[in-house]
Amino acid sequence: MIRKLMASAAIVAVAALGASAQTYVVEGKKVWTGTDAGTIENGVVVIRNGTIMSVGPASTSKPEGAEVISAEWVTPGLISAFSRTGIIEVDAEDSTNDAVAALSGFSASLDASDGFNPDDTAVDVSRLGGVTRVAVAPQPSTNLFAGQGFIADTSGAQDTDLTSDAFTFITLGEGGAGLAGGSRPAAWAQLRAAFDDARAYPTRYIAGGEGDVLSRRDAEALAPAARGRQLIVIDARSATDLNAVMDLAESNRNLKFAILGADEGWRVADRLAKLKIPVIVDGFANLPASFSQLAATQENAARLDEAGVQVAIVNLDDSTHLARLMTQIAGNAVANGMDWDDAMKALTVTPASIYGLSGYGILAPGAHADVVAWDGDPLEVTTNADAVFIDGEPQDMTSRQTELRDRYLSLDQTDRPYAYVKP
Amino acid sequence: MTRRNWVALAAGAIFLAACGGSGDGDGPAIKPFTPNEPFDPDPYPSTYVAYPNAPVLITNATILDGEGAKIEDGSLLLQDGKVAAIGADLETPEGATVIDASGRWVTPGIIDNHSHLGAYPSPSVSAHQDGNEVSGPVTAEVWVEHGIWPQDPGFDRALAGGVTSLQVLPGSANLFGGRGITLKNVPARTVQGMKFPSAPYTLKMACGENPKRVYGYGNGSFPGGAPFSRMGNMAGYRAAWIKAAEYKRKWDKYSAEGGEMPSRDLELDTLAGVLAGEILVHMHCYRADEMAQIMDLSKEFGYKVTAFHHAVESYKIADKLADYGACSSMWADWWGFKMEAYDGIPENIPMVHNAGACAIVHSDSDIGIQRLNQEAAKAWADGKRVGIDVPIEVAWEWLSLNPAKSLGIEERTGSLKPGKMADVVIWSGNPFSVYTKADQVFIDGALMYDRADNSVRPVRDFELGQPGEGDMK
Repeated sequence: MIRKLMASAAIVAVAALGASAQTYVVEGKKVWTGTDAGTIENGVVVIRNGTIMSVGPASTSKPEGAEVISAEWVTPGLISAFSRTGIIEVDAEDSTNDAVAALSGFSASLDASDGFNPDDTAVDVSRLGGVTRVAVAPQPSTNLFAGQGFIADTSGAQDTDLTSDAFTFITLGEGGAGLAGGSRPAAWAQLRAAFDDARAYPTRYIAGGEGDVLSRRDAEALAPAARGRQLIVIDARSATDLNAVMDLAESNRNLKFAILGADEGWRVADRLAKLKIPVIVDGFANLPASFSQLAATQENAARLDEAGVQVAIVNLDDSTHLARLMTQIAGNAVANGMDWDDAMKALTVTPASIYGLSGYGILAPGAHADVVAWDGDPLEVTTNADAVFIDGEPQDMTSRQTELRDRYLSLDQTDRPYAYVKP
Repeated sequence: MTRRNWVALAAGAIFLAACGGSGDGDGPAIKPFTPNEPFDPDPYPSTYVAYPNAPVLITNATILDGEGAKIEDGSLLLQDGKVAAIGADLETPEGATVIDASGRWVTPGIIDNHSHLGAYPSPSVSAHQDGNEVSGPVTAEVWVEHGIWPQDPGFDRALAGGVTSLQVLPGSANLFGGRGITLKNVPARTVQGMKFPSAPYTLKMACGENPKRVYGYGNGSFPGGAPFSRMGNMAGYRAAWIKAAEYKRKWDKYSAEGGEMPSRDLELDTLAGVLAGEILVHMHCYRADEMAQIMDLSKEFGYKVTAFHHAVESYKIADKLADYGACSSMWADWWGFKMEAYDGIPENIPMVHNAGACAIVHSDSDIGIQRLNQEAAKAWADGKRVGIDVPIEVAWEWLSLNPAKSLGIEERTGSLKPGKMADVVIWSGNPFSVYTKADQVFIDGALMYDRADNSVRPVRDFELGQPGEGDMK
């Protein structure tokens, strides 16, 4: 599991400590576990060789020689349930934007992980914000089927822990109507035909036939999802569109769905709960930004949660460079009625559950040691992550942003110009 | 030529013609057009009049006066639409409503000096895209108020976030995007009913990537037209200012000596208004080096940039901005979406403040405008972490007083100084916390938003009869 390069100076320094280098004790005045253990006052998390060994009160046994980190709060690493971090450096520069491929002939077979660049500066910025894993989706290009999403850590290492083909991403609703040719009927016609293509793969293609919608490669890529063996993340906003997705789910009980957006989800919350379809919401969406979002409200997350729907919270406004604002959005969800624990779960436990990431999103013995030490309540806007562990390794806490900041904070050009000031 | 010709101000006549509760425009005609003027300087006058307001005494509050003072257990008296008194212990005037604000905070209303509400309203359908007159790189002749839809529900969301005044600007496609307008955030059937009385007009200009992308590379055809490059941007500004200076000379001569009246040009009316110092320049500019060029440009033609907007690299030249005296209107943390935003850092706002320059938190967003207090809080905390320890009562100037200065309305709102407009927010707690919400919002002393009272939460026409009507948004 641990395949990280010792890239940064900070990590090399830690490694130099020797035999105890892989053992860390993270103490927090509050340790939020994401488990039945709840929040432990004056808690301790012991990390060894990439795994959490123990989580408990101050009396928990601490291995001798372990490096000790003390913080106000300790939580599991945050997991962005929907992001573009790592596949876009600068949105407006096509040469650095690997999310979208308007001129590609392919759709469902576009694999976003082929575009992942751990050197993207947004990876570091996300990590510094306490985000340790990101679920990254391609953007739809030529039809409803954007392609394959992946899960990656935010270490920024060339050998980043990455799971490709983690889900397939489909856009319905208004967006889907546009992509399919101009209407919701066109979108649904395309969706049904594509699922038929995928389910008939490879038979009809071997016989030399063509798919109605999908080429052979795209049918192959969509087949696992169409056969219920891969998660489908599907973008839908209005109550009507959500009901249409739920109709599909009800008549295809083997398919696995998570819904992205769901701005009017609160109107159909009971049905979502009954069908056990999780939602990934941006809690800030409270405007009738389109005719599919007329009933959008900041209370959406709270109402869905109250109804028993699994809710993950993300920043859809800038899911690339500011995925980390998921904490602020979750804090606002709390201000708008959501239970604080559930809001934290919306950033950790729930995304892990949606993507089947066993042993992530929690602080518990045996769990993967993705751990964040904060200087305050993690949902508070004035809080900062002081230390981040990914798979048990302390992470470099610098980014291009911190270097720019430090250069200009200490700018003194008396003897030489700014470019000689190296943070 | 008098000042009045360049700016839509009819002195104090509009502002003082209060007739109490006539709302958004049913009152008497209040702007005389004097026949001896060559043209009407204020043809679309504000009809805003403060709504009726009984005296309100807010007690036991933590008050940020917006000018650097924090008063614990303080009281604030709103009377006749104005801040009447602020202090530790105030007497309750007869008939005053007393609001016990124990545990709560009171601040001046937030002023967002960069919004496109109404011009790019919700729903964001094709018919509603009225914020950029993309037909040419120089469209100083357009006025954003003519593209504002007052039914935008976004205004109500902003109100719930404590925004009492805002500047709506044209977009940044053009080198000269047109006139901006300052509004009171009070629902009205007409734009005129929202216009901040007697606020100076503003001019939106834009640097950098947007104009050259829209024009040089416009509509999928290359080459499109000028500007293609930042060189073309600068040439475009300079050519326009040369024309404006010539135009102004003609009108000044006519004003002084009479003779045949020069022909009017809407575009040059606005630019000449800038050269006369009556229209304030608000310029979209990200990069430090470009801001420096623009400061020189303004000196070349004898005007002043009031505020650089977005200004993601202001931290690099904060000293120069302080010397020049321009404000920077900034986001807390937006970065990376285009090259000119690539060097954005979360400490920009406090670093600008720390250099003695004017720092403003702006939104440029119908989402961001709803929680500018949180945006300020993030910047404040990020500054503190690197040793820039700004007291919260000083940091609030980023949200009210400094934007008021940038709009030329700081003598009338933007702080809780007695005599100023009673534009006030009562927050449920410390407004620099994510968990805090605006409980009540007063504009000119009238309660326009009450989180706890559905009858004091506005619903615009668009949301009537729609799912979610009247919901807590």
